[in-house]
Amino acid sequence: MSGAHASLREVTRSFATEKGSVLHALGPISFDLQAGEFFSVVGPSGCGKSTLLEIISGLSPASTGSALFEGRPVGSDVPEGVGVVFQEDASFPWLSVRENIGFGLQQQGVRSAEIRRRVDDALRLVGLWDFAEAYPVQLSGGMRQRVCIARTLVLQPRLILLDEPFGALDQQTRLLMGDEVLTLWRATGATVMLITHSLDEAALLSDRVGVMSARPGRFLEIVETGWPRERDSRLATGARFGEISSHLWGLLRGESMKAMRSQAVAA
Amino acid sequence: MRKATLIRVALLALLAVAAELACRTGLIGRFTMIPPSLMVTGLVRLLAQGELDGEITTTLLGVATAAGAAILVGFGLGAGLHAMPRLRRCLDPVLATYYAIPIYVLYPMFLVLFGMNRTPIVFIGFMFAVVGMMTSTLNGLDRVPPVLIKTARVLRLSRVRRTLKIVLPCAAPYVFGGVKLAIAYAFVGVLGAEFILSGNGLGYQIALAFNNFDNKTMYALILFVVLVVASVNSLFFAWEHRLLRRRER
Repeated sequence: MSGAHASLREVTRSFATEKGSVLHALGPISFDLQAGEFFSVVGPSGCGKSTLLEIISGLSPASTGSALFEGRPVGSDVPEGVGVVFQEDASFPWLSVRENIGFGLQQQGVRSAEIRRRVDDALRLVGLWDFAEAYPVQLSGGMRQRVCIARTLVLQPRLILLDEPFGALDQQTRLLMGDEVLTLWRATGATVMLITHSLDEAALLSDRVGVMSARPGRFLEIVETGWPRERDSRLATGARFGEISSHLWGLLRGESMKAMRSQAVAA
Repeated sequence: MRKATLIRVALLALLAVAAELACRTGLIGRFTMIPPSLMVTGLVRLLAQGELDGEITTTLLGVATAAGAAILVGFGLGAGLHAMPRLRRCLDPVLATYYAIPIYVLYPMFLVLFGMNRTPIVFIGFMFAVVGMMTSTLNGLDRVPPVLIKTARVLRLSRVRRTLKIVLPCAAPYVFGGVKLAIAYAFVGVLGAEFILSGNGLGYQIALAFNNFDNKTMYALILFVVLVVASVNSLFFAWEHRLLRRRER
């Protein structure tokens, strides 16, 4: 790890509600994503995790403060070198797996031989080689998510933002997908930021875990896991994993109850 | 041939045979309906003699013009309205009640506007079809998942490329449903207007044959219209089915 790859400086985000009031959703928040690290963000529902990701990626503007990627301010466009994988299925149903993965390269005007080579590599990397000519409708939820991950990886992003990409998957598939993401992270050397609801997932995959408060979301603590770079889901059987998960839950329990109470009042 | 298609064909054949028997045995009088076999031979004779080629061309050209214009204008208006949610909210009740208006009653106004020619007839076909196309376009664009728009932004696509490469392919099956609807409505509008209001076209010829008790010509023409509409619709149905086969989730 060497230096800040992306940073937020005193960032806040507010939204105007339908009733005309202002909802303070996030911040002020400041933190640095270190180059090449795996950083996860956990927090209660509605604390602004996804908003945080959208501000870093340029999908949504900050109300105040600034976001930087590789030292340059992030504007209203997604900077070159940033890839995002969403929780929802974002595969294109009218394209085959191969066409889905090569879509971004094709739009960038990359030569077809080069597209073929890179897509072939990505297909092997995410284990979809045998499904290259299939359409998303023929794949399971996990496989479609892998298509989206491959479509992001093939563009060789330097910062990969994952917005609860395994949210819709069952626990076993999540663990296996987590291992795959770790493999891809090591293979690409990219910086990864993962938004997740799962404390176990965050504890298992990350170098650091940012724990957010209830709305307006701020970092309560950034927890260092101390895992080696070579790791996989077998870490979940160790005592250290239990300690990290318990610590994360200890930080979050009160905030989650606060979030639940405020949701009940709003309802 | 698939089992469902076989059953469909068998049912139609059965109905045709039943009608044939009912007409031949006198169960249905000749002034009410002629046997289907005579409808077919009558149609073949009409087409072979070419007597009604001009009328057929007039009607099909009218339907094609009405449907083509409705598809283009309906798509444009639908896309425009989708981009203006406030205006859409204002117009929603109008769109919802549009088909409650009997468009034929507006014919005198169209006559004043367009004159005594084919234009009012084609315009009625257009009026029938355009709102169906518009609402299907709106429906299609509504169904583009926001995550695909976000993906387009992450892939740094321009607005034009986003529309061409993501929004339109995604909305295509629903927009295509509008095309199918527009063609069907254009047939209904043009033929209906010809039947009631015109002095030429297939609709007029059917009305003329009906008034003259010329059942052979009338049923031959009805069969022709049914065959043309069913063929066009089947063609689009097959195409739509192909598009949707990849989509169902």
